[in-house]
Amino acid sequence: MSTHVLGDTRVLTGRSLRHILRSPDTIITTAVTPIALMLLFVYVLGGAINTGSDESYINYMLPGILLITIASGIAYTAYRLFLDMQGGIFERFQSMPIARSSVLWAHVLTSLVANLVSVAIVVGVALLMGFRTGASVGTWLAIAGILVLFTLALTWLAVIAGLSAKTVDGASAFSYPLIFLPFISSAFVPTATMPGPVAWFAENQPVTSIVNSIRALFAQQPVGSDIWIALAWCFGILVLAFAFAMTAYRRKIA
Amino acid sequence: MTATAIRVQGIEKSYKDLHVLRGVDFEVASGSIFALLGSNGAGKTTMVKILSSLLKADAGTAAVEGFDVAIESLQVRQSISLTGQFAAVDEVLSGKENLVLVAKLRHLENPGGIADELLAQFNLSDAGSRKVATYSGGMRRRLDIAMSLVGNPKVIFLDEPTTGLDPQARIDVWQTIKDLARNGTTVLLTTQYLDEAEHLADRIAILHKGTIIQNGTLDELKRLLPPAEIEYVEKQPSLEDVFLALVGETAEEQKEQEASR
Repeated sequence: MSTHVLGDTRVLTGRSLRHILRSPDTIITTAVTPIALMLLFVYVLGGAINTGSDESYINYMLPGILLITIASGIAYTAYRLFLDMQGGIFERFQSMPIARSSVLWAHVLTSLVANLVSVAIVVGVALLMGFRTGASVGTWLAIAGILVLFTLALTWLAVIAGLSAKTVDGASAFSYPLIFLPFISSAFVPTATMPGPVAWFAENQPVTSIVNSIRALFAQQPVGSDIWIALAWCFGILVLAFAFAMTAYRRKIA
Repeated sequence: MTATAIRVQGIEKSYKDLHVLRGVDFEVASGSIFALLGSNGAGKTTMVKILSSLLKADAGTAAVEGFDVAIESLQVRQSISLTGQFAAVDEVLSGKENLVLVAKLRHLENPGGIADELLAQFNLSDAGSRKVATYSGGMRRRLDIAMSLVGNPKVIFLDEPTTGLDPQARIDVWQTIKDLARNGTTVLLTTQYLDEAEHLADRIAILHKGTIIQNGTLDELKRLLPPAEIEYVEKQPSLEDVFLALVGETAEEQKEQEASR
């Protein structure tokens, strides 16, 4: 059975990627909100924001925008998974001699591809708006690695939501707090100006360390201990979400 | 034809306090059509889900083609195909892509060829490249059943296969089911339509409040009631007769139009 896991996952991933190709609006919608936020922050609010560094504001806030892109993109993962389970197709797959985990992995890999495309679109727009970095290929790869890890962690959260939701709205609503999280972090303004408890929350939630790491990488500065905190958060969420998702999945198919 | 394809003994299943199945026993002979007849909520779908390894029973045993559904579920899945209550088709893909998907997941050679053959068999060749979202209910059901035939499974479960279909599409599905049995496939179908069971099934089991209250051929079941009295009744055409007479002659054309639309 296990010999088929890869093949079955490939076939099923091909299926859901085709879904995305046929409704590219899901990728565009994912990219539109972060782009609108980027325009708003750079051209309306940015002039009045003092980040305390001599970098351009778009360089400062792009990492946060990328996380928002991913947080809104994974809502579609939950949505697609939920729709599969609503229709009979999920039961058809489960009643066939295929590796059962491949049904979930196909959704996870599709989520990864779709989110990376959305992220690439947002980076493209940022470059047009004046984002510049001297990052080397290796640094870009490191940034991509962090984003992949972040996407995987949130995707497995989305799998839990998709598996346990009762309605379509419920399946995607869980992503709203995730989209909001970067606003209470160092993504748009330095945490130093926030009142005590808010600053404490901002400094100790996952987004700040991830944003700081990516920002430092783009600016070719040392990442310090932020990178380890960021990786620990991503791995921690990934492992927990994976375990919960698998439990929910087993309960669903048992 | 004495081999047993499906053997169910003492199956029980509860959802919390709701006892859906309270000890179900029946056997289905290889190559026969067996109808599980019951009203809504009688537990038909639960039984089918247990037999197709989607659900675990609380008690009792069930075997398909000699494989225990709880222990040898992989072998069971290799022997069966399930056509659930709701058409299990992918709306975004075309009809052909749906069939190719199933053929690939069954690890068959030449998925494209298999798909084309089934599309032809089910009168869907012209619609094969169109998105399933544009199909009519009848076409969707035909595709659904075609997907279940990929890889020629020995046993097919059809859960309420004609619910929601128009009379013509219903008769098409009936024909398909008869053809399946003629080719040696074992068919277990659930239905709430008495005429469907009467029309198709070699044996009929009535599932009521979680147990099989009767199980026999149509003739055996009929003998349970007092012998028929002969009454003379003026033969009035039923609305179904009228509908089929009006629509029937154009059904073939309609199907062609449907397919080429």
